[in-house]
Amino acid sequence: MNFRWEWEVFLRDTGGDQTYLAWLMSAWGWTLSVAACATVVAFVLGSVVGTIRTTPSPWLVRIGNAWVELFRNIPLLVQIFLWYHVIPAVIPVMKHLPGFVLVVLALGFFTSARVAEQVRAGIQSLSKGQTYAGLAMGLTLPQTYFHVLLPMAFRIVIPPLTSEAMNIIKNSSVAFAVSVAELTMFAMQAQEETSRGVEVYLAVTGLYIVTAMTINRIMAYVEKRVRVPGYVGGGN
Amino acid sequence: MGALDLSFFNWDLVTKFLIKGFLFSIELTVVAMIGGILLGTLLALMRLSSHKWLIYPATIYVNTMRSIPLVMVILWFFLLIPFVTGRPLGAEWSALITFTAFEAAYYSEIMRAGIQSVSRGQVSAGYAMGFTYSQNMKLIVLPQAFRNMLPVLLTQTIILFQDTSLVYAVGAYDLLKGFETAGKNFNRPVEAFLLAAIVYFIICFSLSSVVKKLQAKIAIVR
Repeated sequence: MNFRWEWEVFLRDTGGDQTYLAWLMSAWGWTLSVAACATVVAFVLGSVVGTIRTTPSPWLVRIGNAWVELFRNIPLLVQIFLWYHVIPAVIPVMKHLPGFVLVVLALGFFTSARVAEQVRAGIQSLSKGQTYAGLAMGLTLPQTYFHVLLPMAFRIVIPPLTSEAMNIIKNSSVAFAVSVAELTMFAMQAQEETSRGVEVYLAVTGLYIVTAMTINRIMAYVEKRVRVPGYVGGGN
Repeated sequence: MGALDLSFFNWDLVTKFLIKGFLFSIELTVVAMIGGILLGTLLALMRLSSHKWLIYPATIYVNTMRSIPLVMVILWFFLLIPFVTGRPLGAEWSALITFTAFEAAYYSEIMRAGIQSVSRGQVSAGYAMGFTYSQNMKLIVLPQAFRNMLPVLLTQTIILFQDTSLVYAVGAYDLLKGFETAGKNFNRPVEAFLLAAIVYFIICFSLSSVVKKLQAKIAIVR
């Protein structure tokens, strides 16, 4: 086996008036944007769905459960195709949305089911006494949620949410299938054009790992900042 | 695009396009599950051993696999396997090897938790009876670890089944590819993808219901 490194490949021109390095950086930007937007969608929707699954209303619980089952039991790639091919055909308004938005929605909804599971588990891990105490103080149920349950529950679920945020970075790679110009798409196309697969894949893989590690550190910092002393890993 | 037209979906289509893809998806899931659990158990034992020459390689392997997107792992193996074997193996073989290697990392984390869930007393009792390390593992620890972790292992297998759709990246012919090809042939891509989603949902939902029942059963006996 005769292999020679050829990192100069990144200085080559793509034929589109930029180097492969510039393209790699813009692809990284797309990965970060898809992941960031999808994280917002997933955390907002997941928090709402996770919360309603703990309410006393059986209908809200059923809707929440159905939501989670629906988005958990279809592969992400199939969900992306649903958003990309099926939904615009059924709902004509969606036709004009760019692929980026559709992928963000697909990834966001997919992840929201997982976030909802974590949020529900977080709320249910609090003792019943917290709810009763809130209600006994004269708070309404929504007030109890906002001022008593959710502030504690969110702190508890930060570690599992960290791994969900890291999963979103990894899962954003599936966007290659609908030609969003993110890292994996770059990897496939640059490999094809330059035949320097090893260098291209190494660079892309490195960027994925760097991104995931950065998120991990940021979330660890958040966890440290918001912890309540003397409670759930709150230290001393 | 008007209303959905599902009339193209008939038995002919199933036998022509779907069966082949479905069988490959199942084959890939089963091979990667068995291979992944065996390799994963080995990795877990390495990580729980007391030799750093076993701990470090296994830890690095597991953490690397778990921090790279599966699609990239699929691409890496597809690129590198011909370097090792000297000739291209084709997308299907490449997928079988990739998924076994990739899932091993995830199964190993489950098996590690399973082995650690067996109480120390069991291990000490085994040694006190004069069992060797391998007898202890084979006869006492692993059967209990496996049993405790069965629901989690099966849940991971459902995730694995969903992930098999990602062989799309190298063009292997799986269930999703079957639907896509059928949709192209009948010029009905929208309906084909919708049906694909329904079929995947039915399979995964039924499997996870079974796992939930099993979980309740195991929890009682434990």
